[in-house]
Amino acid sequence: MSSEPLVLRVEGLGKSYRIGEREPYKALRDVLTDAVTAPARLVRGPRRKKASTEDRIWALSDVSFDVRRGEVLGLIGRNGAGKSTLLKILSRITDPTTGQVTLGGRVGSLLEVGTGFHPELTGRENIFLNGTILGMRRAEIGQRFDEIVEFAGVARFLDTPVKRYSSGMQVRLAFAVAAHLEPEILLVDEVLAVGDAEFQEKCLGKMRDVTQAGRTVVFVSHNLAAVKSLCTRALLLEQGKLAFDGPAHEAVERYLQHAGGARESAVVEGDALAARLVKSKVYGDSPLFDCTRIAVLDETGTPSVSFRSDEEATVAIDFTVVRTVPSLRLLVTLSDANQTIVLRTENIDDPDGGAATRLEPGDYRSTVVLPRGLLGDARLDLNVSLIAEVNQVLDYAGVAELSFRFSGHGANARGKAYLRPLLPWQTDVAAPVA
Amino acid sequence: MSTVTDSAFGGGRVTILRSRRGWAALDLGELWDYRELLFFLVWRDVKLRYKQTAVGAAWVILQPVLQAVVFTIVFGKFGHLPSAGIPYSVLTFTALVPWLLFVNALTSSTRSFVDNQPLVTKVYIPRIFIPIAPVLSGLVDFTIGLGVLACILAWYGIVPPLHVLLLPFFILFAILTSIAVTLWLSALNVRYRDVQYTLPFLSQAWFFATPVAYSALVFPSHLRMWIGVNPMAGVVQGFRWAIIGHQAGQVGHLMLLSFGVVLLLLVGGLEYFRRVERSFADVV
Repeated sequence: MSSEPLVLRVEGLGKSYRIGEREPYKALRDVLTDAVTAPARLVRGPRRKKASTEDRIWALSDVSFDVRRGEVLGLIGRNGAGKSTLLKILSRITDPTTGQVTLGGRVGSLLEVGTGFHPELTGRENIFLNGTILGMRRAEIGQRFDEIVEFAGVARFLDTPVKRYSSGMQVRLAFAVAAHLEPEILLVDEVLAVGDAEFQEKCLGKMRDVTQAGRTVVFVSHNLAAVKSLCTRALLLEQGKLAFDGPAHEAVERYLQHAGGARESAVVEGDALAARLVKSKVYGDSPLFDCTRIAVLDETGTPSVSFRSDEEATVAIDFTVVRTVPSLRLLVTLSDANQTIVLRTENIDDPDGGAATRLEPGDYRSTVVLPRGLLGDARLDLNVSLIAEVNQVLDYAGVAELSFRFSGHGANARGKAYLRPLLPWQTDVAAPVA
Repeated sequence: MSTVTDSAFGGGRVTILRSRRGWAALDLGELWDYRELLFFLVWRDVKLRYKQTAVGAAWVILQPVLQAVVFTIVFGKFGHLPSAGIPYSVLTFTALVPWLLFVNALTSSTRSFVDNQPLVTKVYIPRIFIPIAPVLSGLVDFTIGLGVLACILAWYGIVPPLHVLLLPFFILFAILTSIAVTLWLSALNVRYRDVQYTLPFLSQAWFFATPVAYSALVFPSHLRMWIGVNPMAGVVQGFRWAIIGHQAGQVGHLMLLSFGVVLLLLVGGLEYFRRVERSFADVV
């Protein structure tokens, strides 16, 4: 272990949410109804315990780790594993439910690029505003002003309102401000997902400089390559628990292994399906529908997750409609280990796909066929979303890992590529050049 | 949050984050550290206030003047309200200047968390600044309103009494009243959006309950002090007393009562705010 002093210690950290707490807001009406029915409850018996354990979900539970000065700690895990919750606690946006965090220095957090940017203000004004929001002093910003402007490459537009900037310029300016923040502990969430490749490279370079200056970085990313190259150590979170703490490359390997191993099943239902739920939102009174089962089937209707590229794969989504759904949008994507989406298909793409059909209460099954002769050698995650526009959204990620093996003719049947569609080729004798 | 030293951290000062329950004191040191942010938030508000309007900053003057004109016509000419020999427009305008500070603070602060959601969910800043900044940015309009008031006084040849020197004290009182009320409303609005829809009605009712368009002398003298339960009555009567003098009514007991109410509102508001602030990011 290094002899550098600690800068961050996390002990038994947990965060629970009451189910429904993340709803947009609570109407006064609900409180009034509660108040009105309260006397009745007194008569009927003791009041139900306010938040029973079933009503709470633990976004994070019993997480402990130490970070020493100069370390670059990666934080990886599936969507919903608790990475963002952890960052929000570390950056003091929300309080933990259990446990504690000890911070040995100023914390700078970059959970979003350009927080507080106002479109009507000029680039210059936004640099100062955003800088102070991130915790910088006016004098500090003044000292680094030229560097920030140069890094962002917006010198000519400093006195133009930011609303006239291209989105790329806005992002560059915002990152430039944040990158010149000099806290002892920098928390970064997925900011590298923005901007073009060249700018991303520049950001990675900047983060390397930051750590060489002896500062500590906690870095959340789905970009596993970046985690491996930047971080000395990484934590793997699984369903709110710390599953691995060690060298970054090992953490990444474990993540990929687990991601594959746990999902050999081609039929996902019940608890297994609930575990894949990464986003669930209900607006208004009560959900309109519920997804009960997602399955991947081969041509004979047998569940399977491994296919030859000349076979069809069918994704079948079973759901129950509780109250009439005016229209249900279904979305299926395939993504690789870096979360890059390789294929996306929606029922609204197909005019006959039934997206606009009004669904009365009952059980339904929607299917989509991934045609033969499209995919090459690939292992891809299946993600499914069900969206009833004004009422409810359910997002499932990594429902199953599908593996496709290219099976063509000829000498080089293998050859890594996600897509290897059968395309018409032709060779003709060229007309002689005159 | 607390700060101690810890040898494992190289003996430096460390900050501890854990679940907070019960009473919590306001961390003044932290507010001081972030003072420049408060300045920038106020500055942003002022800067953006009259963007995309045809007459721009002239609204600062037009708003109170137009309102005073309406009152003078409606109440002064037709209402025959007693004004103790003071020109009705002077009586009204003196009260209107602090009233507008208050009501503008109410409308902009109540929605402040909803309007500034990313400042709550994406970054940590002392959240109490978010409703306070709009109150303070209203001081720009307020100062100009005072200037207009000075012109009106000069026009009528009214010389304020010597105790006009106490006016800064009443200004501070107006600011504290605005902050006390908006702390409650802005925090409640995070959880119950109903608050922002109730606001137009609330501010109208409050307006009529406050002696702005009429003199406090309409109340029988033995009951007059009790209107001080409404702290804005204290503010308004304080302004009149400082600027016009005793003809506008005695203020002693009424002011004391208003002070008490504001103190309660402020302490309670701070405590309520500190309690619910912990869950803002999860609820807003």
